[in-house]
Amino acid sequence: MQVKGKSKEQRLEPGAVITRPGSSSSYHTGGWRTFRPVVDQGKCIKCHQCWQYCPDSAIRVEEKTGKVFIDYAYCKGCLICVKQCPVKAISSEVEKK
Amino acid sequence: MTKGIQEASLAIAAAVKLCRVQVCPMYPITPSTHIPEQISEYVANGELDATMIDVESEHSAASAWVGAVAAGSRCFTATSSQGLALMYEILPIISGMRLPGVMAVANRALSAPINIWNDHSDAVSARDQGWIQLWVESSQEALDTVIQGYKVSEAHLVMMPLMLCFDGFTLSHVFEPVDVPEQKKVDAFLPKFRPLFTLDQKKPVTMGPIGFPDSFMRFKEQQQQAMLNSIEAIKKANADFKKAFGRSYGSGLLDLYRMEDADYAVVGMGTMCGTARVAIDRLRGQGKKVGLVRIRSLRPFPEQELQQAMKNLAGAAVIDRHISLGQEGPLFTDVRSAIYCNDIAINGYIAGLGGRDITLKHFEMVFSDLEKGKQKGEWLF
Repeated sequence: MQVKGKSKEQRLEPGAVITRPGSSSSYHTGGWRTFRPVVDQGKCIKCHQCWQYCPDSAIRVEEKTGKVFIDYAYCKGCLICVKQCPVKAISSEVEKK
Repeated sequence: MTKGIQEASLAIAAAVKLCRVQVCPMYPITPSTHIPEQISEYVANGELDATMIDVESEHSAASAWVGAVAAGSRCFTATSSQGLALMYEILPIISGMRLPGVMAVANRALSAPINIWNDHSDAVSARDQGWIQLWVESSQEALDTVIQGYKVSEAHLVMMPLMLCFDGFTLSHVFEPVDVPEQKKVDAFLPKFRPLFTLDQKKPVTMGPIGFPDSFMRFKEQQQQAMLNSIEAIKKANADFKKAFGRSYGSGLLDLYRMEDADYAVVGMGTMCGTARVAIDRLRGQGKKVGLVRIRSLRPFPEQELQQAMKNLAGAAVIDRHISLGQEGPLFTDVRSAIYCNDIAINGYIAGLGGRDITLKHFEMVFSDLEKGKQKGEWLF
């Protein structure tokens, strides 16, 4: 049986068994967001506290430069990064749907 | 085949051994205790190659079932009354995850007041949790239904757990002649358990994930389809069992007695039907056209077959050994709903709660009510 899932067509196995490991990454929880955190790269001191505190591992650190980017596919907009940033380099704005 | 005198509890344990069950998570509770006692003896003596898990509660017994069957094992457990109530949280998880197997329930009243004797309140009140429920009348049927039960439950179009319901004490502790079939014949009848999915590191799967609103209802629809599929599976297992072992129980769903030309019938489940048969024979001796409809399968409920079986009746009486407080006997509700289009009188009675005997007198009274055209159910004390 096929049913339209959150992200793509999914096969519904009896008992809700998931046969593809790691399939939860295809569920983009970013759709839950009401507020969107935005990084000001000019103010960022690359301390990576936001990366440490993010409960959804939705903050990516570029290996070469140490710059942080928010992965909006998974960021639910909890704004813990905004609260934690010691130099107020992350601000929040209302998500426009 | 060995003929012996056994109580249903020991007959069920013998069947568990014959079915080569691999995992038995069990917690003893009256009146089902003789089953884990006997199985642990089999395991200790090396007669049954199974893991017996001495769990700390029935909730754990049911939880261990989830793990054992998910790992691909054939599983068995038994319980009664408050034990089944304590399993309640896990019952819909087992059926929702489609983890088949057989659980024997020695039916006993639910407290309070505390009561260890038979009625049907424990299993009947768990009827909506996605378990196939087969209700038996004799120790022989209990043994045979374990074997049939695994065949039904593990059928790939079904894959739903099965509850074998047998009356506490009246069956669990009463000795009667039982034929124990040969291992070879049972092996030929019941192949090894072939799960659809198992927990396997080489082929990883996720079991028991969240079901969002876009899929949850689809899974319930699948379970309903599986339950409807079990109607044919129960009939087939019963018919195939007859070919292999020479015994069967009605159609598998319903067991009819002297219904060919009956004007009036009683409808019931379990051991009360044995008493009903004697009452019917006596009344037939007086020229009264009466019969019995024994419901063997409460879930799935054999609606169409019941309509057919009851179509020529003038009246019927349903006897419930349980009451849905604030409404009526649940079996009465189901039967009346099934035969809504059959234009017959139907009365519902509550009887035999907490071990109170249901006697010949009760059946005579019920039939006499129907003959007099009395249209009211009542409590049979």
